Amino acid sequence: MYDIKALYEATSVKHAVELLQAHPEAKVLAGGSDVLVQMREGKLAGKELVSIYRLDALRGVSLDADGTIRIGSLTSFSHITQSPIIRQHLNVLGEAVDMVGGPQVRNIGTIGGNTCNGVTSADSGSTLVAYDAVMQVEGPEGVRLIPIAEWYVGAGRVSLRPGELQTAILVPLQKYQGYKGHYIKYAMRNAMDIATTGCSVNVKLSADKKTIEDVRMAYGVAGPVPMRAPAAEAFAKGKPALEETIQGFGEAALGDVNPRNSWRASREFRLHLAQELSKRALRETIRLSGGVV
Amino acid sequence: MSVGESIRRVDALDKVTGRAKYTDDLADKCVLVAKILHSNIAHGIVKKIDTSAAEAIEGVVKIVTCFDVPPYRFPTAGHPWSTDPHHQDVQDRVLLTQHVRFYGDDVAAVIAENEVAASQAVRAIQVEYEELPFVLDAQRAMEPDAPLLHEAYPNNILGHTNIRKGDYEAAIKEPGLIKVEGWYETPTVQHCHIENNISYAYQEGQRITVVASTQIPHIVRRIVGQALGIPWGDVRIIKPYIGGGFGNKQDALYEPLCAFLCTQVGGRCVKLDVSREETFVSNRVRHGIRSHIISYLRPDGSFAARKLECFSNQGAYASHGHGIAAKGMGAFPQLYPCDNLECDAYSVFTNRPVAGAMRGYGIPQAMFANESHIDDICRVLQMDPIEFRRKNMMPVGYVDGFSKNENYVDSLGQCIEKGKEYIDYDRKREEYAKDTGPVRRGIGMAIFWYNTAVWPISLETSSCRMVLNQDGSIQLQMGETEIGQGSDTAFAQMAAETLGIPVEQVHIISSQDTDLTPFGLGSYASRQTYVGGFAIRQTALLMKQRIQQYASEMTRVAPFDIDIVDGNILRTTDGRVLMTLGDLATEAIYSLTHSQHITSESTYQIKNNAYSFGCGFAEVEVDIPLCKVRILNIINVHDCGRLINPALAEAQVHGGMSMGIGFGMSEQLLFDEKTGKTLNDNLLDYKLSTTMDHPDLVARFVENFEPTSAYGTKSLGEPPAVPGAPALRNAILHATGVAVNTLPLNPHTLFAQFKEEGLL
Repeated sequence: MYDIKALYEATSVKHAVELLQAHPEAKVLAGGSDVLVQMREGKLAGKELVSIYRLDALRGVSLDADGTIRIGSLTSFSHITQSPIIRQHLNVLGEAVDMVGGPQVRNIGTIGGNTCNGVTSADSGSTLVAYDAVMQVEGPEGVRLIPIAEWYVGAGRVSLRPGELQTAILVPLQKYQGYKGHYIKYAMRNAMDIATTGCSVNVKLSADKKTIEDVRMAYGVAGPVPMRAPAAEAFAKGKPALEETIQGFGEAALGDVNPRNSWRASREFRLHLAQELSKRALRETIRLSGGVV
Repeated sequence: MSVGESIRRVDALDKVTGRAKYTDDLADKCVLVAKILHSNIAHGIVKKIDTSAAEAIEGVVKIVTCFDVPPYRFPTAGHPWSTDPHHQDVQDRVLLTQHVRFYGDDVAAVIAENEVAASQAVRAIQVEYEELPFVLDAQRAMEPDAPLLHEAYPNNILGHTNIRKGDYEAAIKEPGLIKVEGWYETPTVQHCHIENNISYAYQEGQRITVVASTQIPHIVRRIVGQALGIPWGDVRIIKPYIGGGFGNKQDALYEPLCAFLCTQVGGRCVKLDVSREETFVSNRVRHGIRSHIISYLRPDGSFAARKLECFSNQGAYASHGHGIAAKGMGAFPQLYPCDNLECDAYSVFTNRPVAGAMRGYGIPQAMFANESHIDDICRVLQMDPIEFRRKNMMPVGYVDGFSKNENYVDSLGQCIEKGKEYIDYDRKREEYAKDTGPVRRGIGMAIFWYNTAVWPISLETSSCRMVLNQDGSIQLQMGETEIGQGSDTAFAQMAAETLGIPVEQVHIISSQDTDLTPFGLGSYASRQTYVGGFAIRQTALLMKQRIQQYASEMTRVAPFDIDIVDGNILRTTDGRVLMTLGDLATEAIYSLTHSQHITSESTYQIKNNAYSFGCGFAEVEVDIPLCKVRILNIINVHDCGRLINPALAEAQVHGGMSMGIGFGMSEQLLFDEKTGKTLNDNLLDYKLSTTMDHPDLVARFVENFEPTSAYGTKSLGEPPAVPGAPALRNAILHATGVAVNTLPLNPHTLFAQFKEEGLL
């Protein structure tokens, strides 16, 4: 039995925005795998909810005419993993969200919820950051597109304005074409767990597969929000796809991260992981791209 | 013949189709809901409670605080009562407490019309405390200036026992001895049964009925009576199917409080269903034990003298008391006998969640320390761990002076041989020793000591009732409880075996109702197939006699020439079938000349006990830079005597192995040093292992029939959880050369130790 003050069921995006304006204290309910848990714990007890769960228009993965991958915010993790478009162009995202919780959570949990709750450990977060995804939101003033670099404001906070709703996540063609990505979720268990550290790397190799033309890396739980690793990226960009580069990439990554000391893991251990995981993920992306290391 | 067959569980279909009824399925529709307010400080005195805001919440029926409860102090341990006051469990609980002793102690309770109102009211109660200093570590709590939890226990020592044999101090002076010393520490873990503790209570007349998810209905009856200060006969406990217990429900948990709350609302039905968070913090946990072992060895690998000290973290209340640490210590001189010993065990109160019974009762902790230490010795002596164990472990013919347990055959050696062969130990031991890269493999093993039931420390008794139906089938009732382990099925098989009827004709009544079920102590101490077997066999023989007598009346064949085989009444002299048991039963009931309802009931007091030994082997792959261990292979081998149902025995071992893996690799409750709060009171942050963390679990058996047992069987409930952790630890030692002495062997522990030893 949940302590819900009121539940408003939106029938369209426009209606959802109206409901959010009429009930500024209300939380958006999508799959509920986070909101209902917090409600049960008492943190959100007695809150109003605006449910967008029936807005089927926000479900599904499609390709825009310009090649942009468009992921509806209500698309469940398991649907993302199964999507032929994701499998073909952005397989790493499907793999990453397939590591969320267990099968039941992956069937109900949505990528919109996973990014709107602003948590650093979200399995979709680091990969979307690494691919420079764009968040599409709709609100009283219409549609806004927010680059993911500006999306995360702080732990648990994102740049949604009052009355705004995230409706889609976009990955532009030039961000994924020619790239191969790999995500490592480091957790204490092989399932039903939250990342101690997550690391998502993607690379574009030169035609001869010998040079790293571009590399992007993002971490989860290496700071308060999912974050890129500019120093490591700068180090490896343009360098040969060799073990030496991989080692240097890992060392450079230490300059990018600033993990917390907490009872969940020590800062020292997380720093160690940031270095080790970055190397392993880069090595794997080079292999996936046809390079030899 | 039905003993020894892997028949399907008698409750299998009801459980998988959802027809089986658990406590929450049975509760009345108009039940009131109770919720408990727990303290948010680790130690202090409740000065004042303001319930006014909470009472104003719609749907709140009644709020009861620590100032409103009866003054009776009661024990909670699921032990048989002792009529000797010196052997009674410590009576240190009240229903709600003014003296809060851990973060999560019970201060007040709300009764409301629904869960939401109850939760809101709990949050709205204002409590004023006078805070006191607190202590979380057992050894720190023994220091003179440590905060005191219970006036009656100076230095917070609940119990201290020792074992002395020979002359340790003199023995260590023998020239040429090699000293091996280590500290070994096991964490506080929780049982994590699927169904949390739940109960509901209602009154009829003056009597209170409590339906509860418990392992020990007859014991809970007594404790509810003690806690409320009412005659024990005024209490009726009903135990339906339960979703596991593993020892947590071998305590009276919230059944007494639930019963009391019911009396506060005029006997209306009140339900108290605790959350997972409350289960972690405010039920019971496994004792974290720190053990210090010193062994003095001769160069030939024999022991000259040994010393053990263990410090067991009891948490805030006595619960099962010193029994756990004492049992762990008791295994030490038996598993590897040595002429000169000094052993001391301390159970120490701290301001942490209460430690009670948990599968293994001190032995998983003791065997982690013991068996880790044995491999440490082998490393120093450069001896093979199996060879060392064979040389020093309990010999055949060993008899324990206290329990009179006897090691009849070389169980341990046979189990080792079987496990070793399965896992290809010798080859891998040699091959993996050469591994030097970042990813290394290793193989390790551990043996274990266990015994069965609680005699002669406590009473062992079991009662059974059998009722013959008109068609020749029987109802079987036992005080011993089905808690998921499959005991109902084993009992039905035993009854069928002795009576000579097909097992389908045995209808076991799964639920215990203290008004209807013969007295039994319940599920604990791996006792039930052993002790229940005596009562079943005796009662079945009584019934068989009555059937023979009646058959003799009907046929004029002498009773001693009559047997029951496969549901038929036979003349044994020539094997002729005289009639079916069904024919006899119909006649017996409806006879116009001699109508008789054939039943039998008896109690058997068991004054025996039996060793139950085995071993575990584990093969691991350690990714040193990731500080991660992958378990490649794991096997347990047990000698639990005759297997009543081999498939169920195997399942029992699988469950225990999973628990052993969790205990060894990932599980640990964490406490905030600043507040005493349990940090990871949920199944996300508490790392119970999942199937994805297990390899295939392999169970094998050596079947040496137990000579003292009614059906040749002995304990298998708890032992499967024992050898995993030390075998895994010894495998990691073999792989990396790093001896990790603190559980769990999770990446945090390995990272710190790999750094320290220069592997990272």
